[in-house]
Amino acid sequence: MMHSNEPLFQNNGNTCGLCCTKIKNLSVTYGNTEILNDINLHIHCGELTALIGPNGAGKSTLLKAMLGEIKHSGKMEFQDMKGINTGHPLIGYVPQHLDFDKSSPISVLDLFTSCLTNSPVWLFKQKRIRRQTENSLKIVQGEHLINKRLGNLSGGELQRVMLALALVPLPDLLLLDEPVSGIDQKGLELFYDIVCDLRKNYDMSVILVSHDLNLVAKHADRIVLLNKTIQAVGTPQEVLNNEDLSKVFGNIWFKYPENKKEEEE
Amino acid sequence: MDVWYFLIDKFLPFECLQHMFMKNALLAVLLATPIFGILGTMIVNNKMAFFSDAIGHSALTGIAIGVILGIGDPLWAMVIFSVLLGFAILTVKNANTASSDTVIGVFAFSAVALGVVILSRAGGFAKYSTYLIGDLLSITPENLLMLTLLLLFTVILWIFILNKLLLVSINRSLAKSRGVNAILVEYLFTFVIAIVVTISIQWVGLLIINSLLVLPAAAARNLAVNTRQYHALSVLFSVISGILGLILSYFLGTATSATIVLICSGFFILTFMFKSKI
Repeated sequence: MMHSNEPLFQNNGNTCGLCCTKIKNLSVTYGNTEILNDINLHIHCGELTALIGPNGAGKSTLLKAMLGEIKHSGKMEFQDMKGINTGHPLIGYVPQHLDFDKSSPISVLDLFTSCLTNSPVWLFKQKRIRRQTENSLKIVQGEHLINKRLGNLSGGELQRVMLALALVPLPDLLLLDEPVSGIDQKGLELFYDIVCDLRKNYDMSVILVSHDLNLVAKHADRIVLLNKTIQAVGTPQEVLNNEDLSKVFGNIWFKYPENKKEEEE
Repeated sequence: MDVWYFLIDKFLPFECLQHMFMKNALLAVLLATPIFGILGTMIVNNKMAFFSDAIGHSALTGIAIGVILGIGDPLWAMVIFSVLLGFAILTVKNANTASSDTVIGVFAFSAVALGVVILSRAGGFAKYSTYLIGDLLSITPENLLMLTLLLLFTVILWIFILNKLLLVSINRSLAKSRGVNAILVEYLFTFVIAIVVTISIQWVGLLIINSLLVLPAAAARNLAVNTRQYHALSVLFSVISGILGLILSYFLGTATSATIVLICSGFFILTFMFKSKI
């Protein structure tokens, strides 16, 4: 699929596996409610780490804490290839859902323009931004979406557009918060394939909040099972075959996509 | 001003424009309607129609406070009060304790009630009823200068914050990950809405101001597919309705701003029918 496309920002194709993001003792509390307690994680580049857990486990909260949007205790460090601490990594983020009004006249190009430049969307058209947008959309097989209204995209298309947006500029760390529902199976598989390719070709660390254990088992390098604290970390085989998993959550916790509204908030 | 009067006499030698107040009013319409068209786009995108309505209603309390403090021109009391009320609503809303509709309702109706109570204390409420409907024909050259500054301020602010505002309206976390200070952007937007609404109230009227903000944008989004078209159409509808409304109201002897609103509604209905056809 995307191997046939001209690589855009390729990192010489080598996965160094040396640079890593370290999360140390991260905790989040809202009022008296503890959402996350003492999270410690090392995330290596070129790795796809899937974050799974029941509703309300704090998966989205962890991503937002990493973005710096939510107050948290503990630290996040990013080290580049030579082990030099570079402070905060450049983060690309794909939110779980967008809050815009479906009938708003915002085109995909408008969204990119407002992210990438200060030049007012309502006054000028810029060729440079248009090219950048086209290139990025190509990575996610979405070139044809550039002039569409955001409200007219399907769930899968919107997710891919948001992924493309997260790729300019090319991030060190990609945080993906997958919607619970609204994306058909074919769209989901396409999305996972693209993310997998990205991780390999661009040497990125990817953290993916996921609700589809089958796809996770197939694509992830590592699974983190989260429920306020980290319950288990390991390869898909290790985590998903763990007997404790079904003891703690039962077998049904991820199979209720219609509970969309209750998720995470 | 003389240049303006000269231009009108030269190029628009219509009978209705011979009057000084009509010349002033026409200029006022040309200055004010683009502001409404521009601000309306994001008010509608962010579903803030009720919010701007609340700001308009709070002006009543501003007048009342001005009266208590003995300020002759209540305009500054109105502006300050509206800005503060806007910020208060925003702060409570961001604390996420209640749905924003409820929060706005609580603030707006409390403010209106307070204003009415104070103004009606000595039975003199009728004095202030001009603020309810407004009088565009009473506009003076000093007011026009203020409108010009307001238009400039809005356009300059829009150049700087629209991209960020758009991003915040799509998703706050995404905006944050792009280094946008969502809170600052929201407060600036609230600030400009409060100022524009409050200053325009004396000419447009408290009851109608909000429809001038919402209707042109609502009509524009029936047709527009991107943000540039959205702005262009919104301003266009706003200006055309303004001019037509002014002229019609002169011949029909009706309230100017209400006539303008009706023409905006006409645009909305037409664009809506056009949209349903395709």
